[in-house]
Amino acid sequence: MLSYLARRTLTLIPLLFGITLVSFLVIHLAPGSPIDVLADLNPKMTAEAKQRLITYYGLDKPLHERYWQWLRRFLALDFGVSFSADRRAVMDKIKEALPITITINVLSLLLIFLVAVPIGAYSASHLYSTFDKVLTVFVYIGFAIPTFWLALLTLILFSVQLEWLPISGLSSLDYPQLSLAGKMWDLVSHLILPVLLSAFSGLAGLSRYMRGSMLEVMRQEYITAARSKGLSEAEVIYKHALRNALLPVVTILGLSVPGLIGGSVIFEQIFGIPGMGRLFFTGVMSRDYPLVMGILTIGAFLTLLGNLLADVSYAIVDPRIRRGGAG
Amino acid sequence: MIWGSVWGALRRNPLTLFGGCVVVFLFAVAVSATLLPIPDPYAIDADAVLEVPSFAHPFGTDELGRDVLSRVVYGARISLWVGFVSVGIAIVIGTLLGSIGGYYGGWVDGLIMRFVDVMLCFPTFFLILAVIAFLEPNIGTIMAIIGLTGWMGVCRLVRAEFLSLKERDFVQSARALGVGNLRIIARHILPNSLTPVMVAAILGVAGAILTESALSFLGIGVQPPTPSWGNILTSGKDNIQIAWWLSLFPGLAILLTVLSYNLLGEGLRDALDPRLRGMR
Repeated sequence: MLSYLARRTLTLIPLLFGITLVSFLVIHLAPGSPIDVLADLNPKMTAEAKQRLITYYGLDKPLHERYWQWLRRFLALDFGVSFSADRRAVMDKIKEALPITITINVLSLLLIFLVAVPIGAYSASHLYSTFDKVLTVFVYIGFAIPTFWLALLTLILFSVQLEWLPISGLSSLDYPQLSLAGKMWDLVSHLILPVLLSAFSGLAGLSRYMRGSMLEVMRQEYITAARSKGLSEAEVIYKHALRNALLPVVTILGLSVPGLIGGSVIFEQIFGIPGMGRLFFTGVMSRDYPLVMGILTIGAFLTLLGNLLADVSYAIVDPRIRRGGAG
Repeated sequence: MIWGSVWGALRRNPLTLFGGCVVVFLFAVAVSATLLPIPDPYAIDADAVLEVPSFAHPFGTDELGRDVLSRVVYGARISLWVGFVSVGIAIVIGTLLGSIGGYYGGWVDGLIMRFVDVMLCFPTFFLILAVIAFLEPNIGTIMAIIGLTGWMGVCRLVRAEFLSLKERDFVQSARALGVGNLRIIARHILPNSLTPVMVAAILGVAGAILTESALSFLGIGVQPPTPSWGNILTSGKDNIQIAWWLSLFPGLAILLTVLSYNLLGEGLRDALDPRLRGMR
């Protein structure tokens, strides 16, 4: 297992290198001297801020040296200072926002997994039943519905019309005065819509994938063997088929991380949650370049981490993977 | 031959047929928008601000008194235009890199595929937003950015097709006859690998329309007064307490469009290439 982990981690190194290279190139994408272009686009940029950028990116030096300098700072987690009025280090801002986004995304991943696996498996073992057809319709709608629109509609229903849930933010104004139970409910009521909605499209995708994976497994010979030795249908499905069908699903779950992180921009904006997505969007709107670059790179690292976790958990549940040379 | 099986797929599966009909209908509406008997989508009417849907304005009016039905119809033009152009860009890049990688193999292929891996690490929406931060948001930039961040799937598909096709007898015999590499790629392999690309393109239009509407909704896509389904929804959000029709109709338009493209794309894929069934 350890050697698998080591091999798998080694393959990440060129990817990490590539990520930093692409991130670096994004800022040099603008034609002409990047700083002049940035200054033209951002009337708020002072001469001092401009000078700061020039020093930070070492724009008086050739490209490869600039990249090397940026990479060294980057490895020390130094993303520079934000352009916003508070002048705080980008890394400090990210440290505040990251746990919120990760919490919401982990909760939605958990929800996706806990709901999609049973319904996908049930649907596959009751092929073409009413439940299966309803699921198919739900999957198509789930893929096609713009989630920000769904967020608007649920906000109209639950927060504006029924007034069951708060409209935005992470906690109510009277949060410090609440009892422990009150605090917990306050947090839950603020998180419930964002978590449900960010899970929604993933739910459609994963339940369909689970159904497909289950159907694939049901065709295998060992299932026929299990049936022919007289096991009950429930035992065949839940003990033999389900476990094997789960394997590829774990990987897909890891691959859905970039979508979730990307989607957080819209949800955090709509629900007013101070996470990475909102921070990023604010950065984009105010053309706060150090912030944008920092979050872009961190977002890619998180994706890589998600993929690694998925592969490692796959190797834990499936011994064939870690013994094989592939990786 | 391929069109025969497309027709067969449409006839056999009512959902695919439904998707195809809506796609054709939307296309017709978008193309003929100027000829339709609907009000000017830019005409401001101070006496008809935020009116509920009525006979004169079936989808109601917006905060400037503009007819929402007209704006949704003209929004279809924008959405489809963005969808087609950005997918076109993605297909060209993906096909080019995928063919080169799949055909030549070796370190070229390794380099291209690692680049694909790196691009896939970036949350697409983050990458799009980051690039927009450095450019002026307008319809051209949006199309270019959606295309430039969406070619990786096509690249992998085309490469896989090339890997299997280049070993086939007809390619080997073309090579034995002394046909050049470029001609083999363009005339012998590429035409045979277009089916999955076509399906990916149809599904890609749906994805691009969703992305464009999300960007316009956030105010960094298509800029008002040009109507787009996303920016009509922004005014829906601003008037969330009083004007439900501003939120409902553009959203339904997006849902219907994306649903139809998905139904058509997946129906065709299942019919033309059963190996890919269940993939996405």
